[in-house]
Amino acid sequence: MAGTQYRGSELKNVDQFLDDADGLDSEREKEIGQHIGYRYDVNLVPDYKRLTPFLKKYMEIMGWDDLNWLEDIHMGYEEAKPAVFDRNINGWVRVPDTINLPDNQQDRDMIARELLLKFQMSDRHPLVALRKAYMKF
Amino acid sequence: MASVTENELKSMTQEERVKALGMTSEQLTGRSMFMEFDPGETERFEYPWAPKVDFNKRTELDSDNMTSTEVNTEIRKLMNEGYGTIVLKNPRGKHSLAVGILSKLNLIIEGSTGYFGVGLLDGPNVRVNGRVGWSCGENMMSGTVLIEKNAGSTFGAAIRGGDLVCKGSVGSRTGIDMKGGTIIVGGDTGALSGFMMQRGRMIVCGNAGKNLGDSMYDGTIYVGGSIKSCGVDAVEAELTQVDKDWLERKLKLYGLLPSKGVDHFTKVVAGKMLWNYDNLEPTEKKLIL
Repeated sequence: MAGTQYRGSELKNVDQFLDDADGLDSEREKEIGQHIGYRYDVNLVPDYKRLTPFLKKYMEIMGWDDLNWLEDIHMGYEEAKPAVFDRNINGWVRVPDTINLPDNQQDRDMIARELLLKFQMSDRHPLVALRKAYMKF
Repeated sequence: MASVTENELKSMTQEERVKALGMTSEQLTGRSMFMEFDPGETERFEYPWAPKVDFNKRTELDSDNMTSTEVNTEIRKLMNEGYGTIVLKNPRGKHSLAVGILSKLNLIIEGSTGYFGVGLLDGPNVRVNGRVGWSCGENMMSGTVLIEKNAGSTFGAAIRGGDLVCKGSVGSRTGIDMKGGTIIVGGDTGALSGFMMQRGRMIVCGNAGKNLGDSMYDGTIYVGGSIKSCGVDAVEAELTQVDKDWLERKLKLYGLLPSKGVDHFTKVVAGKMLWNYDNLEPTEKKLIL
């Protein structure tokens, strides 16, 4: 059945989309020339034993008992590069090569959350320019 | 962009601002813009424009003789003055209260709100000591919202993140089109809950009405009581230990963990039979090209 391949939860190899950029496996994917489904497990819940100090501090500052919206943030892959989807710009932001990736998805997700948060709160985020252009003073 | 000052921008029309900031020169190529994280990014925990508020600085706002717009403007003014805890008195069922708050804040609403309350939130923790009308928490991005009594229909419509909790029962179409976050209902939920759900998690401690999870693409729904019927492509799945641990942790946070635990919950997910839109794509491409 179309659409059932490569759902994130079925991934066995954490580096699958680093090794194989296209990720075309099923007959259907080969036929249409595009990958079907998410490139990470959208339903993977965070392992709170792996929280980074930065994320702990963020939770404390915001007054939250858990990761809140960051529970939905995962490290995905775009064109064989690790990347995180930023909902505020509706696009992928790549992880630089200088960052070493851990060998498991949970730790990768924690890195993704930290990187995304720092980026969203920075002055170089596109939302800053958009806000200047479109906000009501 | 750097040559345009804040004052100059303020004096411009929106169209002039957009041109001055060079935003109309962007070429749309149909691909994601290429951006890369900076590993040396400064550690900051709030948006650059967020007001600096202190949870320990508390004030009250009596909204008895105010319009919704006036209340929302006053909340922003108080936040800019550094108030991190605001108690809103006499909301009297006004619509669209406390919307569009994009930074941290403790907001306590003493009473009930009308339609579209606490929508478009990104960060605050809100408690409503009353009931809420339709579309509470619509398009919520992050934060927590706790409703002490019942909620109307389309509770948490199109929510993308955060925890939206109703201790009582809610109407129909709860979490319609939800794309992330967690919706928790302490009581029952009406028909078509989780309709076209794409991501996120919904917990219903009581019963669910008919057509639960109709046309859902992804995400998970947990129901503690009975399910009148599942919608198209919504199927029951095995409740794993990971699910149980997550349910227990989340329900405990809001004092909603049932005394008998969570073993009796039913898990509903997408059967993904509707994930066949790609079947049409080659045909469409041929038609277009």
